[in-house]
Amino acid sequence: MAKSILRLTVNGSGREDAVPANMLLVDYLREVAGLTGTKIGCDGGECGACTVLVDGRSRLSCISLAHTCAGRQVETVEGCATDGRLSLVQKGFHEKLGSQCGYCTPGMIMAASGLLRRNPRPSEAEIRAALSGNICRCTGYVKIIEAVQAAAEGTT
Amino acid sequence: MEYLPDFDLLRPKTVDEALALRRENPEARLLAGGTDLIVNVRRGIVDPKAVIDINGIADLRTITSPDGGGLRIGAAVTLAELLEDRRISEDYPALCEAAAEVAAASHREVATLGGNLCLDTRCLYYNQSEWWRSANSYCLKHRGDVCHVAPSGKQCFAAFSGDLAPAVLVLGGTVEIAGPNGGRTVPLGEIYEDDGAAHLRLAEDEILTAVHLPAAPPGRSGYAKARVRAAIDFPLAGAAIALRQEGGVLEDLRVALTGTNSCPILIAGTDRLVGETVGEEVAEKLATMLPKQIQPMSSTFTPPGYRRKVVANLVRALFRHLTEAP
Repeated sequence: MAKSILRLTVNGSGREDAVPANMLLVDYLREVAGLTGTKIGCDGGECGACTVLVDGRSRLSCISLAHTCAGRQVETVEGCATDGRLSLVQKGFHEKLGSQCGYCTPGMIMAASGLLRRNPRPSEAEIRAALSGNICRCTGYVKIIEAVQAAAEGTT
Repeated sequence: MEYLPDFDLLRPKTVDEALALRRENPEARLLAGGTDLIVNVRRGIVDPKAVIDINGIADLRTITSPDGGGLRIGAAVTLAELLEDRRISEDYPALCEAAAEVAAASHREVATLGGNLCLDTRCLYYNQSEWWRSANSYCLKHRGDVCHVAPSGKQCFAAFSGDLAPAVLVLGGTVEIAGPNGGRTVPLGEIYEDDGAAHLRLAEDEILTAVHLPAAPPGRSGYAKARVRAAIDFPLAGAAIALRQEGGVLEDLRVALTGTNSCPILIAGTDRLVGETVGEEVAEKLATMLPKQIQPMSSTFTPPGYRRKVVANLVRALFRHLTEAP
């Protein structure tokens, strides 16, 4: 498959890679950029494990073509911490035990980060709505909601 | 790695460029949000030789208020953008409520109005992986000879599952279609056929470019949906209603459904209820109009009889809600 140059920003750094037209964003992130924090849980946009932010808005990377993000700012869970310090959302998941097996956690953290940027003080209903497309196989939803609430309140 | 089959990705900047690419690549598929197409490509039920990404066409991305009133909504406007536009939430609540009920927040960031109107039909025997379908000798809609829903017939009964179409139908919306011989604008209902394998009457070289909504009618409108997984699923059934009443007397009533047939259905005969006094009796009369006009089949996990009951309950409840004092 012929490759063409894809230019985009991943976690604040500009990148240029030769990428085939049919490559999914999640495969680009994991296999080309080496960012394996983003997970693949299903094959149809049903589980939310692959959620990343594109221009600050949540996006399912397993049903997005990498080339459709040309020129965009992509953020993954690897970009949350700065200088070794966890982001508020990451801290919330850590302090409130929002993570069990951890497989859904990167997607949850990115969907929650997208929500808090648009709406820094969401109600519980708004948090539930924003995370409704993210499935936790360990069913730890109560602690996940508490984690996002803690992040919003800045209490962690 | 989970590579998709090979295809060319074409990214036109104008509708004319897109139309030219459509002519040069008759087997190309249009890509907007990809929440339907990419999933189907992954499942092997769509194998496009080329994919035309229409997100770079500025004309398809805007919502404008034409001089004559109403709204023109570009086909590639995302559902998230629809939900954030006050002109829509205030004047066309049925459309807003339908958009809010589509999948989950991350889907709505990319899923588009045009994509939802042109959504592929869905079936238990079709939306499956390659090995699942091959073990079942495929089906009439894709690669096979038999419809597993109705094996004795030669029709595909995959269900239309878009949420926005019934809302656009009751709001009297028309769609703008660009083609090689210029454009045409038709009532939304005219682009559909009740055939699961060929439910869209759009030529291969045409592109749905916008939806026109007429000036907001006085009265109320809404959308109600039933689904298995409340957070994310396609509808078992969905109902949109637009109505107007004056002093408790019904002056206008339009009802449209999704999930029951291979195309959205605008219920015929609701005008016969105009002039009646709003109440339980009219709600009941409305519910009795539905069964003859719909045909839910065993194309989902829930049996057709159950979906018939669900549709009637949805319509009754939404009618009550819209006729009660706001």
